[in-house]
Amino acid sequence: MMPTLADFGKDVWWIVLIKVLAVFVFLVVMTLFTIWYERRVVARMQVRPGPNRNGPFGLLQSLADGLKLAFKEDIMPLKADKVVFFIAPVISTICAFTAFAIMPFGPIVSLFGQKTPLQLTDIPVAVLLVLACSGLGIYGIVLSGWASGSTYPLLGGLRSSAQMISYEVAMGLSIVAVFMMSGTMSTSEIVKAQAESSQTTVPDVLGGWSFTTPNWYVVLLLPSFIIYAISAVGETNRAPFDLPEAESELVGGFHTEYSSLKFALFFLAEYINMVTVSGLAVTLFFGGWRFPGFGPEHAINQGWLPVLWFTIKLLIALFIFVWLRGTLPRLRYDQFMRFGWKVLIPANLVWIVVLAGIKTSQNTDNLLWAIIPVALLLLGALFWPSKKKAVEVPMEKQVAKRPAGSYPVPPIDLEVPVSPRARRITAEREVV
Amino acid sequence: MSLSAYVPIVGLFALAGAFGLFSVAAAPFIGPRRFNRAKLDAYECGIEPTPQPIGGGRFPVKFYLTAMLFIVFDIEIIFLYPWAVSFNMLGVFGFVEMVIFIITVFIAYTYVWRRGGLDWD
Repeated sequence: MMPTLADFGKDVWWIVLIKVLAVFVFLVVMTLFTIWYERRVVARMQVRPGPNRNGPFGLLQSLADGLKLAFKEDIMPLKADKVVFFIAPVISTICAFTAFAIMPFGPIVSLFGQKTPLQLTDIPVAVLLVLACSGLGIYGIVLSGWASGSTYPLLGGLRSSAQMISYEVAMGLSIVAVFMMSGTMSTSEIVKAQAESSQTTVPDVLGGWSFTTPNWYVVLLLPSFIIYAISAVGETNRAPFDLPEAESELVGGFHTEYSSLKFALFFLAEYINMVTVSGLAVTLFFGGWRFPGFGPEHAINQGWLPVLWFTIKLLIALFIFVWLRGTLPRLRYDQFMRFGWKVLIPANLVWIVVLAGIKTSQNTDNLLWAIIPVALLLLGALFWPSKKKAVEVPMEKQVAKRPAGSYPVPPIDLEVPVSPRARRITAEREVV
Repeated sequence: MSLSAYVPIVGLFALAGAFGLFSVAAAPFIGPRRFNRAKLDAYECGIEPTPQPIGGGRFPVKFYLTAMLFIVFDIEIIFLYPWAVSFNMLGVFGFVEMVIFIITVFIAYTYVWRRGGLDWD
């Protein structure tokens, strides 16, 4: 049975307790697993084996790392603000965990004789809770950077917060389309809204055959999903958007001064955030815990099995995170911010207006409403200010402008010598 | 729908808070402690730390500007959410209203763009 919003808030207290513990353990285990998974996958992409010593396939590597971190010295810099330095990792951790409270894992099952949905809880503003938690999580980062009393963490923390709030706007806007389609913000209802499959028929010209597509929002709202995926990577500070931790510029970013278990908490929070945005992507765009191609009443979508489907989808999403890290170089900060503010946000707003137009014209059977946004778009494109061309100042004038006593300028018509490699290639060609 | 659906969130919040506080509080006792003056200095690639003005030092105004812009757009999002949820009930009226609202924000947005508020350098 697919749970709806009305099924929540009826659990006995010990069921709630079990579920809270289960979500907590799931997140910790997922973190340990994801760290290992990432290291293994990245290692494979770089043609090396990766951690393979501790436990089968090196699965216990991250557990060993965690334990080792616990037995390291806990250093607090002299200049640090003691209280805030202490509290910042706790803020990060709390926000990371709490965001996962509304993630749907499966349908209603019976647990020790009690019927209960496989989801900690669901509220009418569930997705808003995730956004709120990720917004509050920024406090942990900016406060840790500020409280360290050191230059690099301060810059790293500021960068990180600027990046996260910029991409939070894009992320928040990309979800609007999902709410428009499903008409709700509760995660269980969104999963339910994606349950039906729809029959798509190819036009007769192309053969006229038909096939069923899952009613996933990734199909119906592809632009939203693309924007969500990009901003999720920016939001979690992951490569290629891992600018707050750009080692060559900022050492370790906001957690440079942190060590021991405090550092471990930041690490935990970062990976939990990754799991959360992946889980949210699965829930909002990939039909949640449901196996595609089978009806909601099919045995494959009943009982405890859906937890497995959810986890598999989650791992695929996490694999893409790792894939990006293994493939792409880091962006420059100004390019990154420009992309967020000048591309993602306007594209998102335009897409929302177009979608609203299409939906309105569907609801009213009047094509006019779909034409309005398109006309507005064309009008906007027509009046879009084009970039001013930079005025080219001739080299002589630039040289003349320099104050007296400046360094001598090399001759302007200096020719760049042909590179030895190019010369060699030309020579080889001539020999052949 | 009662408030009881919110209780598990508080539960998870409390558990995570207890876990975080415990880890942070336990860290100094579990790990070793060997005093070294240099260790307590701010990390700065091995040189003497640069003296900072009181209060953590100054930072580029760009960050402040980004935060201000964020507020504008975040409020826009908060307006869009309830509208999106009840989109099918609002009909043509809701659509036209939201188009007008988005255009208004867009005018401010182009203004900021033209004034260079979105350029990082």
